[in-house]
Amino acid sequence: MASAQILDGLRRLLPPDCLLTDAEDTRPFECDGLTLIRQQPLAVALPRTHEQLVQLLRFCHAHGLPVVPRGAGTGLAGSAVPHPQGLLLSMARFDRIISMDARSRTAVVQPGVRNLAISEAAKPHGLYYAPDPSSQIACSIGGNVAENSGGVHCLKYGLTLHNVLAVRALTSQGEEVHFGSGALDAPGLDLLALMIGSEGMLAVITQVTVRLMPLPRLARCIMASFADVEHAGNAVAALIAAGIIPAGLEMLDQQAAQLVEPFVNAGYDLDAAAILLCESDGTPEEVQDEILAMRAVLQGAGATRLQISDSEAQRLRFWSGRKNAFPAAGRAAPAYYCTDGTIPRRHIGRMLKAIQAMQQRYGLQCPNVFHAGDGNLHPLVLFDDGDPDSVARAEAFGAEILEESLRLGGSITGEHGVGMEKLNQMCTQFERGALDAFAGVKGAFDPAGILNPGKVIPTLHRCAEYGRVRVSGGQVPHPELPRF
Amino acid sequence: MDALLAEWTDRVRAASDRRQPLCIRAGGSKDFYGNAPRGEIFDPRGWQGVESYEPSELVITARAGTPLAQIESLLAAQRQMLAFEPPHFGPGATVGGCVAAGLSGPRRAAAGYTYGSLRDAVLGARLLDGQGRVLRFGGTVIKNVAGYDVSRLLAGSLGILGVLMDVSLKVLPMPAAERTLRFEMTEQQALEMLQQWGAQPLPLSASCWHENALWLRLSGAAPAVAASARMLGGEQIDIDAAAAFWHGVREQQHAWFAGESPLWRVSVPSAAQPLNVDAPQLIEWGGALRWLRGQRSADQIRERARQLGGHATLFRGGEGKSQVFTPLSAPLLAIHRRLKQEFDPAGIFNPGRLYAEL
Repeated sequence: MASAQILDGLRRLLPPDCLLTDAEDTRPFECDGLTLIRQQPLAVALPRTHEQLVQLLRFCHAHGLPVVPRGAGTGLAGSAVPHPQGLLLSMARFDRIISMDARSRTAVVQPGVRNLAISEAAKPHGLYYAPDPSSQIACSIGGNVAENSGGVHCLKYGLTLHNVLAVRALTSQGEEVHFGSGALDAPGLDLLALMIGSEGMLAVITQVTVRLMPLPRLARCIMASFADVEHAGNAVAALIAAGIIPAGLEMLDQQAAQLVEPFVNAGYDLDAAAILLCESDGTPEEVQDEILAMRAVLQGAGATRLQISDSEAQRLRFWSGRKNAFPAAGRAAPAYYCTDGTIPRRHIGRMLKAIQAMQQRYGLQCPNVFHAGDGNLHPLVLFDDGDPDSVARAEAFGAEILEESLRLGGSITGEHGVGMEKLNQMCTQFERGALDAFAGVKGAFDPAGILNPGKVIPTLHRCAEYGRVRVSGGQVPHPELPRF
Repeated sequence: MDALLAEWTDRVRAASDRRQPLCIRAGGSKDFYGNAPRGEIFDPRGWQGVESYEPSELVITARAGTPLAQIESLLAAQRQMLAFEPPHFGPGATVGGCVAAGLSGPRRAAAGYTYGSLRDAVLGARLLDGQGRVLRFGGTVIKNVAGYDVSRLLAGSLGILGVLMDVSLKVLPMPAAERTLRFEMTEQQALEMLQQWGAQPLPLSASCWHENALWLRLSGAAPAVAASARMLGGEQIDIDAAAAFWHGVREQQHAWFAGESPLWRVSVPSAAQPLNVDAPQLIEWGGALRWLRGQRSADQIRERARQLGGHATLFRGGEGKSQVFTPLSAPLLAIHRRLKQEFDPAGIFNPGRLYAEL
């Protein structure tokens, strides 16, 4: 069907204030948080009701129209980049907290509810929602489920996966499906595990049941300086080996500290090669005990300076630089590119030294702020988005960091997702058989292949161009299958 | 390895060609679980051993045929543990069977701290599927969102998608201190108190109510455990008696589980009302797991569980055993079928063990 006819069909399904078709109106939706990749969709739908959503999906399914679901558009991997011949489906208007049950410590919310809004609503009950991605003011829970988002407290409190009990969704055919349950498990295969982190490719999320946690009575933070990034990396491993699971364990390298300090006046030690922020939370007795244990380990690992927060204001000041690293990067350069490799903790020092060497080679700066406790890096490559050569170098720099993460036994993404950004590196991380199996999993949920096509699973052709095709015995499995 | 893998791959391909059902079975400790096993035995115990264990990385990677007890003692030597406290259900339990069954023990519902379920702890896996493909999913790092989370799909899959070869599991430090308290309480009182306590930042790591007594376990830093125990009151249980009690609950060797009467596992939201069925009951996981004894109508139990927002499984015993798990909705079953088709197109692995249609 021609696009004009498709648009007519969509206009019949949705009231005018729920459909955008002019380029100037759809432009705000042309990218997500990864601004390097932009694409105009055929149209943007902003449905208000469940019935509109069902009708839309049925229509798209009947006409083979690609559908790209979008939450708040804060994702950093291009998972919500529109499809040029498809519909961008914004879930922003499904923004209601349906119920908050303090007794069972759960909340049922629509996908467009902001992450932080859940914790705000739970606070009067002494509860909160633990995963706290840095975009938590803006990002939506539907997007969090799609990306399996993390945050600074993952080591102790888990990812989205560990804090979501159930998801309701519509299949690409507009059928309602329930994954998980109100209980701690559900019958059958664990499809909820597949849904979480599926980047909008398996089904459209319409409702999420999250687990809430009691607010800790107290939190305190240690800020420790190290003269060498290797020492700081070793301190991270030593804390874990000592049986401590900090509530947060974050690292800033010297460049990052120097970048943010003028911005926030957190009191960072600008002579340190690396700064560790190490937090304990719980009952006052637990915190007291754990802070003493952490201090001993950090001192033993060669910390050159050590400060323990003695008030909530001071604790928040320690964190202010970590939390404001992205805006500070935005101020220091015309643009920055944040990527997301994960490595075994024991290689943190080695990785940071490798990134230092890459800075020379690419002629770009790259301060590092990251979730050290999870081994999850967030290098911030600073570049000039007005200079195509600088853009190309930034992309190559980011790609090399991901390849290095794999060489060290890690993963190309800890919490941002693959999207369009990391399609090439998927060819390195997985053998073709596993990529084919991913395609099979997608087909099991979405046989027509209309949900967010072209993301996460690289085509055989793409991997061949990237030089990473692994074919056994000269035979490509399933040559007849379409690859998205 | 190569020789063994070649042998296994040949056997799987041959079985697929002949549509010969294979029953993946190691120590047989969980033969009772799920619908009746059928097919030619495929014993994965030829593939044993720990591939890697680095305590500071909080992860262990082991071959599926490795005895679970061996893994637990290796971890214990480093004061670490499988935080989901898996039941063995017999001396022959292997880590592969443990993951395939997907069952977690008393610590699963621990408050505050994320101990979580077996599925939560799975970080990566290698699978030999029905197409003879050896597929590696996930990895060995704690945060990894590259590709769909197929390794966690294998947790609790009862072997219907293929032969699990290796698995990487997240481990956690053992708590510095543990203490068990006992309270005389009715079911209603226990369910109420479990909700009240669960909403507070207390280091609760297990609970069990039966025969008008609630047992609570506290785990964590010694001062926190001591302060919480003082606040909660109750009778303090001697450390050895407590360990024996929780072991008995986990392994279902406690006297409550004795006898041949069918055992139902009813999984509901923790705050759900009492089941109100006239049957002996044992309640775990802060109210979220309710065990029932007796010959009962599956439809009635499942309807009651559904009303409360959960589901019911005929865990042990019972006649016929045609359908031990709660049936799936039509759209969910369709997805299950297509997943089975992708990984096991000839339908050879553990047919019917999870659902008759798979």
